Amino acid sequence: MAKAPIPTRKQQPWADPVHGVLRDFDIRQMAYVPDGGHARLIGLCLADPKMRSVLLTTEEEGVAQMAGAWLGGQRGVFLTQSGGVGNCINMLSVIQECRIPLLALVSMRGQWGETFPWQVPMGQGTQAALEAANVIVKHVDEADQVAETVRAAAAMAFNTSRAVAVVVSQRLTETGGRG
Amino acid sequence: MAQAKAKAKPKSRAKAGAARHWTADIFDVLKRHNLKQVAYVPDTGQAPLIEACIRDNEIRAIPLTTEEEGIGVLAGAHLGGEEGALLLQSSGIGNCINMLGVPIECRMPLLMIVTMRGEWGEFNPWQLPMSQGTQAALEAVGVIVLRADSAERVGETVAAAAKMAFDAGRVVAVLIGQRVVGHKNWDR
Amino acid sequence: MAGRKAKAEELQRGAAVAAILKRRGDALVVTGIGNAVHDVAASGDVAENFYLSGIMGGAAMVGMGLALARPDRRVLVITGDGEMLAGIGSLATIGVEKVPNLAIVVIDNRAYAATGMQATHTARGVDLAGIAKASGFNHAVAVSDAAGLRAVVDDAYEKPGPYFAVLRVKSEGSPRVRVPADGTFTARRFRRALLGDEMNP
Repeated sequence: MAKAPIPTRKQQPWADPVHGVLRDFDIRQMAYVPDGGHARLIGLCLADPKMRSVLLTTEEEGVAQMAGAWLGGQRGVFLTQSGGVGNCINMLSVIQECRIPLLALVSMRGQWGETFPWQVPMGQGTQAALEAANVIVKHVDEADQVAETVRAAAAMAFNTSRAVAVVVSQRLTETGGRG
Repeated sequence: MAQAKAKAKPKSRAKAGAARHWTADIFDVLKRHNLKQVAYVPDTGQAPLIEACIRDNEIRAIPLTTEEEGIGVLAGAHLGGEEGALLLQSSGIGNCINMLGVPIECRMPLLMIVTMRGEWGEFNPWQLPMSQGTQAALEAVGVIVLRADSAERVGETVAAAAKMAFDAGRVVAVLIGQRVVGHKNWDR
Repeated sequence: MAGRKAKAEELQRGAAVAAILKRRGDALVVTGIGNAVHDVAASGDVAENFYLSGIMGGAAMVGMGLALARPDRRVLVITGDGEMLAGIGSLATIGVEKVPNLAIVVIDNRAYAATGMQATHTARGVDLAGIAKASGFNHAVAVSDAAGLRAVVDDAYEKPGPYFAVLRVKSEGSPRVRVPADGTFTARRFRRALLGDEMNP
């Protein structure tokens, strides 16, 4: 099976500045489930020798990994698609109960011009589900606002020990190559 | 603990004046709807109900490692012409929000019986985050939520939920208040 | 390899965990929910223990994140069979990542002791060590007697990881030990012990 090409800077222009923000915050662990919306950012992180990128079988593993990273003195970032949010609501209790900083980047499906019906239930409930788990949600749907929003979210997460998710609109993440 | 005694025999018919245990009322609803598969994660509060399902010759009781498996099992049961129920604790709701997209998207019936922790006299702080968000998380993905906060209302509420699930084809969760279940009390 | 048809279980969980922790040195310990918390705390409620006291299925991955962050320290995850099964995919992730300083010890009593001793899938033949081995762990064993335990006591600290051991123990719970339930406290106590002045919020 041929690997899907990494989206170009033109297709996902916000990814490179976001990667720069992650570098600024000395993010050392990245946990992800493969996802077209984050594909360029994932590629940049995988190529970054300063970050250990971990491929998960399911998103709740990533939340637990971020807790362990912080316990060990490193900062991490957790990348997920909106569907994956529904796989880790219970594990987010660890973050809340221990007041562990969490920076999550969520790429949306089922939200903006979605053509695949199965994505709609979870996509429509993503923000409410995160908020049910006491995660602070910052939604962004302008490409030139993504990095700035991630910077604000990271500053909040790591300085105030809160869980903060940046939800990146499907308006920005559509690459045309996703099923 | 008086409550433990009351739990012991869910199937026995109550004698006049003696209170039936609320899990027996749920079991009656499951039987009335001819449910064939009951998937569960072990839980103290629902233990008498789980035991009754295991004993019942017409019900296949299926223990799970995590709650999202149960959503899949019951979707398959429905596709194969059987109905069922998922028995779980409130924390388990947070393990199956995404998988609930399957019955929601396919308009499959699903009945979930959820015993609450972390809301009434809870001593374990780790139970609070999820329980305080249980109803909101369910509603976030379009699940209909009914609550029962007294033992007498459990049977009636589950019966109402079962009709909505199996007759109206909806995904319905009944949250049984921790007040009904009783405090879990290890050593204090 | 795991012996499913192991001899009659003769290990006692509290004593087995105590034997392992006696050798911990500067190892960092993460526990799963339930009796594992009490087994570990019985050997001393020290700052280098993090009790994941309340959520099922996350202990192995907390251990992995910690092990990646601190490659200079051995990280030992001690959890129960029910908790390990709830996060079973973690074994695949850890096997792929080949984290050398991570060891997972599963106290297998084949039951959910916290909810009334209902059977877990290991009671019905699921072979956790076999799953770990097949997932790429460097070592994966299941032991059920004193000789087996002696090997685990050494190997959990010395074998290149990821290392996995199942201790088949008597089917019983553990005596309650006073353990701090407040996660904000145990998490920050852990980080202060580990990171000292470098601890950021």
